[in-house]
Amino acid sequence: MHALVGENGAGKSTLMKILYGMQKPDEGTITIDGEQVTFNHPGDAIARGVGMVHQHFMLADNLTVLENVVLGSEKLHGIGGKARAKILEISDSYGLGVRPDVLVEDLGVADRQRVEILKVLYRGARTLILDEPTAVLVPQEVEALFDNLRGLKAEGLTVIFISHKLGEVLSVADEITVIRRGTTVGCADPKTTTSKQLAELMVGSELPSPETRESTVTDIPLLTVEGLRLTAPDADGIERTVLDDIAFTIHKGEVLGLAGVEGNGQAELVEAIMGMRDPDAGVITLDGADISHAPTRRRRESGIGYVPEDRHRHGLLLEAPLWENRILGHVTEKPNSKGALLDPNAARKDTERIVAEYDVRTPGIDVTAASLSGGNQQKLIVGREMSHHPKLLIAAHPTRGVDVGAQSQIWDQIREARREGLAVLLISADLDELIGLSDTLRVMYRGRLVADADPATITPEELGSAMTGAASGHLEHSTAAGGEDE
Amino acid sequence: MKKFAKIDKERLLLGLAAPVLALVAAFLVTSLVLLATGKQPFNAFQIMGSYGVKSDSQVYILNKATTYYLAGLAVAVGFRMNLFNIGVDGQYRLAAFVAAVVGGMVSLPSFLELPLIIIVAMLVGAAWAGLAGLLKVGRGVSEVIATIMLNSIATAIIGYLLQPGRLAHLDANTNSVHTTVLPKSGWFFTFTTNPAAGPIQGFIVIAALAGVGYWFVLNRTRFGFDLRTVGQSESAAQASGVNVKRMVVTSMLISGAVAGLVGMPTLLNESHQYATDFPTGIGFTGIAIALLGRNHPAGIALGALLWAFLDRTSNWLEFNGYDKEIVGVMQGVIVLCVVIAYELVRRYGLGRQQRRVGEELAAAARKNTVKEEVTA
Repeated sequence: MHALVGENGAGKSTLMKILYGMQKPDEGTITIDGEQVTFNHPGDAIARGVGMVHQHFMLADNLTVLENVVLGSEKLHGIGGKARAKILEISDSYGLGVRPDVLVEDLGVADRQRVEILKVLYRGARTLILDEPTAVLVPQEVEALFDNLRGLKAEGLTVIFISHKLGEVLSVADEITVIRRGTTVGCADPKTTTSKQLAELMVGSELPSPETRESTVTDIPLLTVEGLRLTAPDADGIERTVLDDIAFTIHKGEVLGLAGVEGNGQAELVEAIMGMRDPDAGVITLDGADISHAPTRRRRESGIGYVPEDRHRHGLLLEAPLWENRILGHVTEKPNSKGALLDPNAARKDTERIVAEYDVRTPGIDVTAASLSGGNQQKLIVGREMSHHPKLLIAAHPTRGVDVGAQSQIWDQIREARREGLAVLLISADLDELIGLSDTLRVMYRGRLVADADPATITPEELGSAMTGAASGHLEHSTAAGGEDE
Repeated sequence: MKKFAKIDKERLLLGLAAPVLALVAAFLVTSLVLLATGKQPFNAFQIMGSYGVKSDSQVYILNKATTYYLAGLAVAVGFRMNLFNIGVDGQYRLAAFVAAVVGGMVSLPSFLELPLIIIVAMLVGAAWAGLAGLLKVGRGVSEVIATIMLNSIATAIIGYLLQPGRLAHLDANTNSVHTTVLPKSGWFFTFTTNPAAGPIQGFIVIAALAGVGYWFVLNRTRFGFDLRTVGQSESAAQASGVNVKRMVVTSMLISGAVAGLVGMPTLLNESHQYATDFPTGIGFTGIAIALLGRNHPAGIALGALLWAFLDRTSNWLEFNGYDKEIVGVMQGVIVLCVVIAYELVRRYGLGRQQRRVGEELAAAARKNTVKEEVTA
C-alpha cells in the first residue's frame, strides 16, 4: 500500500489523472508489472488493471448497487444472477459487506465508497487508486475503510492512496511519497517517520496550526436562532424535514463551530440564515432585528458575510472578470455603486486593494475568476466579504481545496476579525480546523443539533462519534482516549 | 497596467474573431452552393456588393435595419438573462395591432398621439411576454414553450379581431383588410437626404436611443448587474441577494416592451395601419441578429445592417438570374457558423487565459523559490 501525500494543489490529483489515463504526460514513463505502458484514456488503464475511486462518487442514486456496478461493463458477467453472484463473491472475499439490491440513495457515504471500490474490483482491477478517500468519512468509518484496504493488500492487490491527513497515512501505508509543487520531494518509511517530519517535508516549512489563542467571546448575542424548522422535497418529491428545532446563539467575538457529516442539514441551515430558503418555523434574529423572512439582499446589507461551501456555484461568476466578482453580493454597497448606478472605477480600485491585501495571485483584475486556482478564488471571496466589515460571517468549509499558505492566512483573518467583535458560524469537515478555531462546538446530525462540546478538551475521535449519531448531549472528554499525535 | 491592456486587447481580438470566422465560413459555404448549382459565386457577390451600396439601397437597408435592430435588442435582453424569448414575434405583432387600433380611434396632437401609440405598443408587448415570465416562475413552464404558444395565440387573436365589422375595415380598392388609418398626427417624422433615394424613417432615432439605453442599463446600473448575474449563474445570483424569480419576470417584461417597439417603424413611418400584409417573422430574424451581434448593442447594429443588406440584394440577385433563395441559404449558414464559432472562440479564450495565468504565476513562484533558497 503506497501513500501519496502533498498539500492541496501539490499535483497529487494531476498525477492520479495521468495514471488513470485522463490526462497525458508530457514526459516520463509509467511501468506496470515491468512493462512500460501508455494510457490514452481511462479504458486503457482499466484494461491494464488500474482502477480509480474518485473523491466525488460516480454513482447513479436511483439505481441499485447491482445496477451501478454492472453499468458500463454489462459484457463481463451480464446483468442478472451471474453478476449478483460475482458481486457477492467479491464483497465476501474482501469483507466489503455490500448488499447488491439496495438503492444507492439509501446508502450512507461509507457504504457508497465501498460500492465504488467494488465497482473497480468488479472490472478486474489489480491496482487501486483512491483519491482522498477519507475526506468524507468520520474517524470510525476511516478505520473500517482501512481494514478493507488491508484486506485488499492481503489478497495481493496494490493500493495507491492519496491523502493529506498524515496520521492516517502513517497508520496505513507501507511506503510514502511526498510531493510538493509538482515534484517528488521525498520518500518516507512510515515506521520511522513522525507526522511532524512528514508535514514539514510536505509543506517545506513549519506547519501552521488553527489554534486560537485567547478567548474574545463577549456576552452580547449577535445571531440567535430559535426553533428553526425547514422542510424540503427530496429527490422523489416527498417533503422531508431537513432542519428540526434548531436553536443556538452566537455572541460577538465568538466562533461557533458546527461539526457534522456532510448532508445532515448544515448546508440548509446556512441557506436559511442567508435567506436562500424560507424556514417553515422559527425565528432568526441578527443583532436585535428579526430577519427570519427577510430577503437575502437585506441580510447581506445588514452585515452578514458569506463564504459559501461551493464557491463555483454560490460565490463567483466564473466567466466574469475579478472586479465584477468583487461587486457580486455587494452591488448595493459602497464602493461598488452610487445610488442605482454602478461605480466601476471605485470597484476596480477596491479590487486592486483586495488582490494586494489578501495576496490573491493573479496577473490582473481583468482575468476571469475561472482562471484563478481554487485557493486564490477563495482568498478573493474572503477578501470581498471582509471588506464590508460584516457583523456575522458564515464560513462554510473556508479552507477546502486551499493550499497551506492560503489556509493559515484565512485562519488569521477570521481570528483577527473575531477580535474586533465578529461573530462567526464555522462549518467544516476538517475537525482539526473546527476544534482549533471554534469557541463553542455543536454537532449536527440528521437536521438536529444533537451534541455540544468544549473545543479546548475534545478530540476529533470523540467529535466523530457524535457525528455518526453514536453520542449526544454534552460531550465530555474522557481521559482514556488517546491524544492526537500532532 | 500594461499587462491588463494586453489581455483586454486580446479579448477584443477574440471577440471580433468569431463573427469574422463565421462570415468567412458562410461565404465559403454559399460559394460552394452556388458552384453546385452551376453559377458563378464571385459574380453573385459582386452583384450584391454593387447593388447594396446604391443610395436607394442604403435608405432601404437603414429602414429595414431599424426594425431588425429593435428585434435583436428585444431578444438580447432575454439572452443576457439566459432566457430564450422566442415570442418576440407574437409580442410585436400583437403590440402593433393593438397600438394601431388605439391610435386609429383617437386623434390627439402629435406630442400626445405618438407617445400614446408607442406606450400602448410597449405595454402590450410587455404584457404578452410577462405572461411567459409568470408561467415560468409560477409553474415552471419553459419560456421557450410558453412564448412559442403565445405566438400562435397572438396570431389567432389578431386573425379574429382583424375582420371587417370587428376592429378592421375592408378596403374596396385593394381588397385588403386593415385597421383605421392613423391620423396624420400619429405619423412619425422622416428625413430625406437624397430625394431620389426616398425618406429615412425617423424611428431610427428611437432605435438608437434604445440601443444606448440597453448598454447603459446593463453595464452601468445595479439592476443591470443583477440581471447579468442571473444570466451567468442563477445560484450565485440568489446567494448574492438577487430575487431570481422577480428578475425573470422583470426581464421578460423589458424584453416584451422592446419587442413592442419592433412594429413601430413600420406602423408609424410606413403603413400607418395594421393590415393583413403587416410584416411577420421579424422576431425570429431578431434571434439571428442578437446571436450575430453577441448581445452587444453595437454588434446587434452591425448584424441588423448585414441582414437588411442581404434582404435588399436578394431581389436583385433574382433579377440577374440567380435564385433569390441563395440569400436564405447564406443567412442560415451565417447563423449556424456564428453559434459554432462563438462557442469555439469562447472555449479557446477561456482555456488560453487559464493557461497563461497559470504560467505567469508558476514563473513568479519559481522566482520566489530561487530567492528563498538563496536567502536560506
